[in-house]
Amino acid sequence: MTKAAARSGVPLPRYFDTASAESLHPAARETLLAALDQGYADPRRLHGPARSARLLLDNARAVVAECLEVRPDEVSFTSSGTDAVHRGLLGLVAARPGRGDRVVRTAVEHSAVVHAAAWRRPEGHLEVPVDRTGRVAPEDVVAAAGSPEVGVVAVQSANHEVGTLQPVTEVASALRAASYDVPLLVDACASMGRLPLPDGWSAAAGSAHKWGGPAGVGVLLVRKGVRWVTPFPGDDRVDERVSGFENVPAALAAAAALQAVVAERDAVNARQAALVDRVRAGVAAVPDVEVVGDPIDRLPHLVTFSCLYVDGEALVDGLARRGFSVASGSACTSSSLEPSRVLAAMGALTHGNVRLSLTRDATEDDVDAFLAALPEVVAGIRADAGL
Amino acid sequence: MSTAVDLELDCRGLLCPLPVIELGRRYAEVPPGALVAVVADDVAARHDVPAWCRMRGQEYVGEEIADDGVPRYLVRRVT
Repeated sequence: MTKAAARSGVPLPRYFDTASAESLHPAARETLLAALDQGYADPRRLHGPARSARLLLDNARAVVAECLEVRPDEVSFTSSGTDAVHRGLLGLVAARPGRGDRVVRTAVEHSAVVHAAAWRRPEGHLEVPVDRTGRVAPEDVVAAAGSPEVGVVAVQSANHEVGTLQPVTEVASALRAASYDVPLLVDACASMGRLPLPDGWSAAAGSAHKWGGPAGVGVLLVRKGVRWVTPFPGDDRVDERVSGFENVPAALAAAAALQAVVAERDAVNARQAALVDRVRAGVAAVPDVEVVGDPIDRLPHLVTFSCLYVDGEALVDGLARRGFSVASGSACTSSSLEPSRVLAAMGALTHGNVRLSLTRDATEDDVDAFLAALPEVVAGIRADAGL
Repeated sequence: MSTAVDLELDCRGLLCPLPVIELGRRYAEVPPGALVAVVADDVAARHDVPAWCRMRGQEYVGEEIADDGVPRYLVRRVT
């Protein structure tokens, strides 16, 4: 197929959007198919098929716990990463009725954090600014956490748009040092599986389709001994932190994918980081293109840049026509028609933005093909604009 | 009360990145030290005019509101 495609002149499809969703890991596929046949029953019942489903669910929990170096009873399977963020954040607030419900969050948190906070109370939240790389300073987070009526602090493990790692462990230590008894929600969706979980969270969230598990599985972690109550209607199922019939096959497949990703990550991360370095150097050579995000303390698979005078939608379309699937934080490519809050908070150019996130098996050839195509696409759009 | 400028670019109704393209195309019409105003209702201009100034080594002076309520971004040509 590859050769035929090359002969026909159709560009090879090259997928650079794993930060939105990575294709199912081969290790998860077999597990998923087997579990579909063995894990269909209600894990709460007492008959044979139910016990089989319960065994698979417990196994999924145990595997995820081991991969993340947490206790099995700290792991819940939610319906998505967004659901895990909502439950994590709002459950920490709900468990502390005397504390108030203002949320301290970095200016670059995922919209799941912003929406959860706004659902609890429409305003009064505290946004901590970031530097040019997109990183918060722990002392700024602590200063905001000292404000009245703060119920929870939310700091992501890594930024989903630009890849910059946040100083989560330092924030947690600084909050302890200041004797603020405020819980810390860590949205780890962008990094879970790829990097070890940072220490210091009260609750944390992950999303399986971002590490090569199936969609429809999120992970909510609540630290043993941390107070948390469900912010939503309860349910009488296996796990009191979530509601609804568990998707046992998908949870097990997510666990299998996580196990494989953790086992491979030293090699995969090193390869991806080198490819990202290659992209950073290559795109920086294109006139009036600015790479954004921290060059070193970052996710290994992700790189973002903005092209001056270029329309983001035209850029995504132009690249797609040449076979490259990329994401963009530019306003014209978003459902809200608002520019990316992340790029705006960093003072980065919000138009002409591209986010590349590499597959587990991305090659130098993929990256070089992109770097060969980009200058032409950018120059074409600028020429159309009369520049 | 709008600040007096040497060049006013009316970018009302233009979507991103057109206001910044207009700024990039025309700022050199004024001498170094002079002020340019970009009047733009596109929401991205609030972030992209300052970012352009940083990338181009020009000075972002600030934002005010034109008489019709549209944001007006002030830029001083440095080089």
